[in-house]
Amino acid sequence: MINKKIGIIDYGASNIFNLVNAFEYLNVNVKVIDEPHDMSEITHLVLPGVGAFENGMNSLKNKNLTDLILGHVEKELPFLGICLGMQMMLSESYEFGSHSGLNIINGKIKKIPNINNDGARHKIPHIGWNAINISSNNFLKKSIVNDAVDNQAMYFVHSYMAHTDEKNILATCNYNNIIIPSIISSNNIFGCQFHPEKSGEKGLSILMNFINL
Amino acid sequence: MSSNIRIISRLDIKGENLIKGIHLEGLKIVGDPNEYAQKYYNDGVDEIIYMDSVASLYGRNNLLDIVRKTVKHIYIPITIGGGIRSTDDVELLLRNGAEKVAIGTAATINPDLITDVSKKFGSQCMVLSIEAKLIDNSWMVFIENGRKNTGMDVLEWAMRGEKLHAGEILLTSIDKEGTNKGFDYNLIETVSTNVSIPVIASGGMGSTDHFLKVVQESSADAVAMADVLHFNKLSISDIRNNAEENNLNVRSYDK
Repeated sequence: MINKKIGIIDYGASNIFNLVNAFEYLNVNVKVIDEPHDMSEITHLVLPGVGAFENGMNSLKNKNLTDLILGHVEKELPFLGICLGMQMMLSESYEFGSHSGLNIINGKIKKIPNINNDGARHKIPHIGWNAINISSNNFLKKSIVNDAVDNQAMYFVHSYMAHTDEKNILATCNYNNIIIPSIISSNNIFGCQFHPEKSGEKGLSILMNFINL
Repeated sequence: MSSNIRIISRLDIKGENLIKGIHLEGLKIVGDPNEYAQKYYNDGVDEIIYMDSVASLYGRNNLLDIVRKTVKHIYIPITIGGGIRSTDDVELLLRNGAEKVAIGTAATINPDLITDVSKKFGSQCMVLSIEAKLIDNSWMVFIENGRKNTGMDVLEWAMRGEKLHAGEILLTSIDKEGTNKGFDYNLIETVSTNVSIPVIASGGMGSTDHFLKVVQESSADAVAMADVLHFNKLSISDIRNNAEENNLNVRSYDK
């Protein structure tokens, strides 16, 4: 076993099982956290999620989990948001109205345009495997990405996308010529729009890189 | 670049076995679903669909056991269908490793279930399963593994499903299913070009040409296939290589 402990936030409507499986497969201890909890042993925290933004934020609040997340981030310990978990890291979302996020990274969540830059209609949600392109200045830092995952396809499923400062975008993908931020980051904080736990061996290697932070 | 077409292996399950029939009937045992799923995962399939033909969600030797076992080794999206009647059923499956659920029969009886599932778990996990059969030149929605005609028109139901927030449509032609003679291209095109959510073509895959045609001419967003893989008539890499040679985008896969 690797001498680290991954906390996974469980606030109800998210698919914890696969994520727990993936980390156990990678030989690391996992603690599922569904209520306020002593965080002293947690070295890495993961915020997963599927579903709607407002539901997700309300569930976090109702289960009193936001303080614990923000506390972990303040300590500058490794943090990973996945899919809706990534979206909730930003300041605000416009999914079914306007809702505040955790504001860990400054930015907004908006619907993926259903007409692409060439004026053609395309399908939403963006579902399927799409290659991520890592911005070149990011290979130098210790990070969840490396050469081995550049240009590798990951599994995406989402209707909303992040809008944030260029400096926060670690990797993007191209969906019918719409450039979608695929990994956002700031220091030890990362968010993946795609599902690394559902992206085969390359996705697992991103989780392994996260464990190694 | 346009998005990658998904290659999906569909495994029909009965009890603890992988089965296969023709026109969704005359089912025979093929083998252990986990072994087949593992093989397709190793070959680089994009997704896996388990369809439980006897809807054994709460029975013994049930589907949950198979799913839990599968997701211990397989790290790609898995869709589960068969016998899902409520948001509680959906939650049970999601919490045991399913990424999405395919709902057919129960949605025709209670269409609001589509909205309820989407609101609670997100539309990305709500796959509307439509089993279609051509009756007097109209595609009708059938339920209960193709045994019962609902009297509903397929296109109308698909468009309504989109309005109710389904995230995807799994569209199976009962007429073509298990025949290996090609998809119902008109059916797939009619639905796929009239909804703005992804459509998975299912039923009839027998050759790489069928794959190309259902994508290029019928605008399928994903292609599900069963016995053509189970009986080794084609491999995932045959399909991927042929797609690439014909300038069709699929996930590049190097292990």
